[in-house]
Amino acid sequence: MATTTKKKIVQWDPAHVKAELLAKYPSKVARKRSKQIMINEAQGNETPEITANVRTTPGIITMRGCTYAGCKGVIMGPTRDIVNLVHGPIGCSFYAWLTRRNQTDAGLDGENYMNYCFSTDMQDSDIIFGGEKKLAAAIQEAYDLFHPRSIAVFATCPVGLIGDDIHTVTKRMKEKFGDCNVYAFSCEGYKGVSQSAGHHIANNQVFKHIVGENDAEKPGKYKINLLGEYNIGGDGFEIDRIFKKCGITNIATFSGNSTYDQFASAHKADLNAVMCHRSINYVADMLETKFGIPWIKVNFIGADATAKSLRKIAQYFGDQEFIDRVEEVIAEEMPKVLAARTDVRTRTEGKTAMMFVGGSRAHHYKELFNEMGMRVISAGYEFGHRDDYEGRQVIPDLKVDADSRNIEELEVEADANRFNPRKSAEEIKALEDAGYKFKHYDGLAPDMENGTLIIDDLNQYEAEKLVELMKPDIFCAGIKEKYSIQKLGVPMKQLHSYDSGGPYAGFEGAINFYQEIDRLVNSKVWSYMKAPWQDNPQLSATYGWE
Amino acid sequence: MLLRHTPKEITERSALMINPAKTCQPIGAMYAALGIHGCLPHSHGSQGCCAYHRSTLTRHYKEPVSAATSSFTEGSSVFGGQANMLQAIENIFAVYNPVIIAAHTTCLSETIGDDLKQIRKKAITEGKIPEGKYMISASTPSYVGSHVTGFSTMVKSMAGLAETTGKKNGKVNIIPGWVEPSDMEEIKRLTNMIGVKTIMFPDTSGVLNGPLSGEYKMFPDGGTTVAELISAGDSIGTLALGEWCSAAAAHELDTKNKVPCQVLDMPFGLKATDRFIDALRIIAGVTVPDEISLERGQLVDMISDMHQYLYHKKVALVGDPDQLIAMTEFLVSIDMCPIHIVTGTPGKEFERRILEITKDMPFTVNVRAKGDMFLLHQWIKNEPVDLIIGNTYCKYIARDEDIPLVRWGFPILDRQGHQYFPTVGYKGALRLLEKILGVIQDRKDRDDPESKFELVL
Repeated sequence: MATTTKKKIVQWDPAHVKAELLAKYPSKVARKRSKQIMINEAQGNETPEITANVRTTPGIITMRGCTYAGCKGVIMGPTRDIVNLVHGPIGCSFYAWLTRRNQTDAGLDGENYMNYCFSTDMQDSDIIFGGEKKLAAAIQEAYDLFHPRSIAVFATCPVGLIGDDIHTVTKRMKEKFGDCNVYAFSCEGYKGVSQSAGHHIANNQVFKHIVGENDAEKPGKYKINLLGEYNIGGDGFEIDRIFKKCGITNIATFSGNSTYDQFASAHKADLNAVMCHRSINYVADMLETKFGIPWIKVNFIGADATAKSLRKIAQYFGDQEFIDRVEEVIAEEMPKVLAARTDVRTRTEGKTAMMFVGGSRAHHYKELFNEMGMRVISAGYEFGHRDDYEGRQVIPDLKVDADSRNIEELEVEADANRFNPRKSAEEIKALEDAGYKFKHYDGLAPDMENGTLIIDDLNQYEAEKLVELMKPDIFCAGIKEKYSIQKLGVPMKQLHSYDSGGPYAGFEGAINFYQEIDRLVNSKVWSYMKAPWQDNPQLSATYGWE
Repeated sequence: MLLRHTPKEITERSALMINPAKTCQPIGAMYAALGIHGCLPHSHGSQGCCAYHRSTLTRHYKEPVSAATSSFTEGSSVFGGQANMLQAIENIFAVYNPVIIAAHTTCLSETIGDDLKQIRKKAITEGKIPEGKYMISASTPSYVGSHVTGFSTMVKSMAGLAETTGKKNGKVNIIPGWVEPSDMEEIKRLTNMIGVKTIMFPDTSGVLNGPLSGEYKMFPDGGTTVAELISAGDSIGTLALGEWCSAAAAHELDTKNKVPCQVLDMPFGLKATDRFIDALRIIAGVTVPDEISLERGQLVDMISDMHQYLYHKKVALVGDPDQLIAMTEFLVSIDMCPIHIVTGTPGKEFERRILEITKDMPFTVNVRAKGDMFLLHQWIKNEPVDLIIGNTYCKYIARDEDIPLVRWGFPILDRQGHQYFPTVGYKGALRLLEKILGVIQDRKDRDDPESKFELVL
C-alpha cells in the first residue's frame, strides 16, 4: 500500500471525501465509521449528531491508548511529589516514564519523583498466586526509601483480572504509616474505550482521597484552580506567569507541575477554570457540588483566547481594580504577539491545517491557526465525547453504554461544614443576565466552518487518505502518526507532546506556536523529495568530454 | 539534581523496581515482526499496549511504525478475546492487505488464557486468512522475562514458517538478534564480502531507516520475505548471534528442520567480530578477503593509537544481555574496566558470563541480572566511573554525577545515528571507539586547567 501526495487540488467535496474514506472498509466497519465522520453543518447549537466515545473496531490502526494511559500517564503523571507506583508487569510503567514532556520545577531541594519510574514488576508467580503481598512490600520499600507524603498505586490489566484488592492494600498501608496518604486507581487498560475512562477514574480518586485534605487558609485575593492543564512543554509555567502578573492566585493546577498539597487545598479556591474539558470536567462538577465553587470553561491556547479567558476570570470576581489590572496586562503583552502574528501571516495566510488530537486540543489549537490566517479543514478527537463536539447541552441525552457504565460515578453531596457557595444565586443570575456562562462549553463543531469534516477516532488509513485527498499544509496529531504523514511530504506537528517545542499557551506561547508553524510549513526540506535525476529522468545531453 | 532522592546507601529491595533496565515482552515481538517484509504486527490486548510500543519504537527510530490491536474492552477481557482477534484478522486483510500478520499476546490476553494458535486455526477454517497470506503468533506474557524474551519468541515463530523440501538451498541462516537496522545492513555487507549466501531474519534494514521521498509505504521495501523464511528450512546451517535473542529460533530450526546451528556472541567489538568472521569463513570454505582484514587492522590501529585514553578507565554499563556480554568483552579487550553492569533481563548465566570475561580485571565487578538503573546509580555513587554506556535514560545519572555518556542500546530517544551507522563488525567497533574517545576527550578538554590544555590529543 503506497500513497503519494500528487498535484494540489484546491477544491474537494466533503461528501466525496467521506465516501472515499469509507470505500475500502468491510460493510460493518463502514457503517460504524460513517457515524463518526460528520460533514459539519454547525449552526450555533444546532449541530448534527456525531457518534463518539465508542469502541474502536479491532484490527483498525487507531490513535487511541488505554485507560491506564489516561489515568497514570495524563492526569497523575505530571504530579511531582507523589510516588506513582504502577502495579503490574514492567512495561506499563516503563512506557509512561518521562515520555509526555510534562515539565516540573521543584526548586533546588523540593520533592520531585517525576524522573523516577516505579513498578512492582509482576512476575508469573504473582499472576498465579496474587500480587497483593508484593504490592504491600513495594509500598513499604518506597516509604522506607523516600518517606513521601503520598503514594499512588495504579492497576494494569492483569491486576483486575486476578482480583488483587489494591484498595484494601493501600488503605492498610495508609493506616500503618500515619503520615503518608496511600490510595489506588483501578485503571486497568481494558476499561472503557480509550484514555478518557482513565481520566474519569483519576478524577474520582483524586477527589475522594486528596481534595479537601488540607483546610489551612491560602493567601490571595483572586483564588482559582486551573483544571486540565498538564504543563507540556511548559504551558503551565507560561499561564502561571500571566496569572502572577494579573494578581491571580493559582491554588491548584490539575495537574501540571502539581503537588499533593495543591490538590489537597483545591477546595480553598473561589473559581475553577477548566482548560481541557474532556479530561477534568468531573472534578469541576464535584468541587461545585461539594464545596460550592463554580466553574467556567477557559482556553489559554491562542493569544486572543488567553485575553478572553483572563477577562472572564476578572469579570467573575467583578472587582474593578482587578478588571483594570487584567486589561493592563493584556495591553502590555499583546503588542509583541501582534508583531509576531503580522510577520508570520505573510507566510501562513490561507494555508490549511488538520488536527486529530486529544479531547479538547483539536478545538483549542484552532484559535492559534485562526490567528495565523490558516483554515482548519478537518478535525476531530482521539477520545472525545459527544459533548466535546456538540456542546454540553447534549449531556442529558448521552447514551450510557456498557463501556461507560463500568466507570464509577461518585455520589457527591454538599459538604456539611465546608460547603460555601462563592456566589449567591442573585450574583450568579446577574452575571448570567450579563451574558456570563457557567458550566458551559459549546464544543468543537460550532467553531468549524460549514462543509469541513469532523472525524472521531481517526485511524491511520483514514489519515493517509485525508492527506492524499485534501492535501493540507500541515497535519497535527501524535507521535505514532508523525512520520507516516511526513513521508508524504506534509509537515506534521505533534499536539500531544509538542515534539520538542513549547510552551504554546498564553502570550509567549502564541508567539512560539506562530514561529513553529511558520518553520514547519515553509521549511525548505519539503522541496527536496525528488533528486534532480528523478524530476528529469530522460537524459537530454551529455558532457562533451571525449 | 534530577534523581535527587537516590541515596548512596544501598538497601536490598524485594518488591519495588525503580528505573527499570528492561521493558515488557510484546515490544520485542513487535520490533522483530517489523523485520519481515510486508508484515503487520498485531498486539492481542488493550489498545494501550499497542500504542505504547508503537510510540516507543517511533521515538527510537523517527520512522512510522504500523501495528494493529485487538482493542480489548472489559467484555472481551471477561469472555475471551477470540472474537476480537477474528474480527481484527478480517479487517486487517481487507483494509491494509499485508502479506503476513505477526500477532503477539500481552499480559491481558495471557492472563485470561487466549490461545493465538487455536484462534489462527479457527481463522483458517473460517476462511479469514486469504489465499497466499500468512499469520504467525507468539506467546509473550509481559510478566515473564523481558523485551528480549518477546523478541526471541517472535523470531522463533518466524522459524516456525521454515519448511524442509529435502533439497538444500546452499544458504546460511543468520539470526542477528535485536540489533539496529544499520547493524543488520552491516552484517549483510560482511557476509556478501566473504561470499556467503544468507537468509537473515529478522531484517529491519530498509524498514526502520527509510528515506523521505514524498511517498509513504505502509510496508516498506526491506524485511525478510516470507519465501525466505520458508526456505530457511533448506539452509545448510544457522548462525545465531546472541544466546538470549537468537538461540531459541536456531534450535527450533535444528530440531524441526534438521538445520544445524552455531550460537555466537553478537559481533560487537574486536574478538566477537573475529569469531563471527571466522565462523563465516569456515562455513563458506573460503579465505577471508583482504578488505575485511584491512578493516580489522584499522580497528587494532586505532586501539593502539588511543590506548592511553582508554587504559583502566572505569565504565558502567546497562542494557540487554547479548549486547552487554559483547560490549564487556570489547571494553576488557581494549583495557577499559567495566565495573558496574546491569541488565533488567533475568538470567544467572548472564552474571556468570560477565564475571568470566572480567575475571582478570584489577577491580571488583558489580553485575546484576534482573537489576534496575536505581541500583546502577547507587553503585556509581559508591564507586564512581569515567564513562557510562547505555540507553537515553542514563542521561539523568550522567548529568547528576557529571559522567560522560555514550548512548548505545534501546531506547535512544534523544540522539540520532543508530538507524544509519552500525556498531557491529570492525567498522562498527571503530565507530564505538570514536564515540567513547569523543566523550572522554571532550571531558578532558573541558576539565584540564588552562596550563595543561593541549592542542594535540
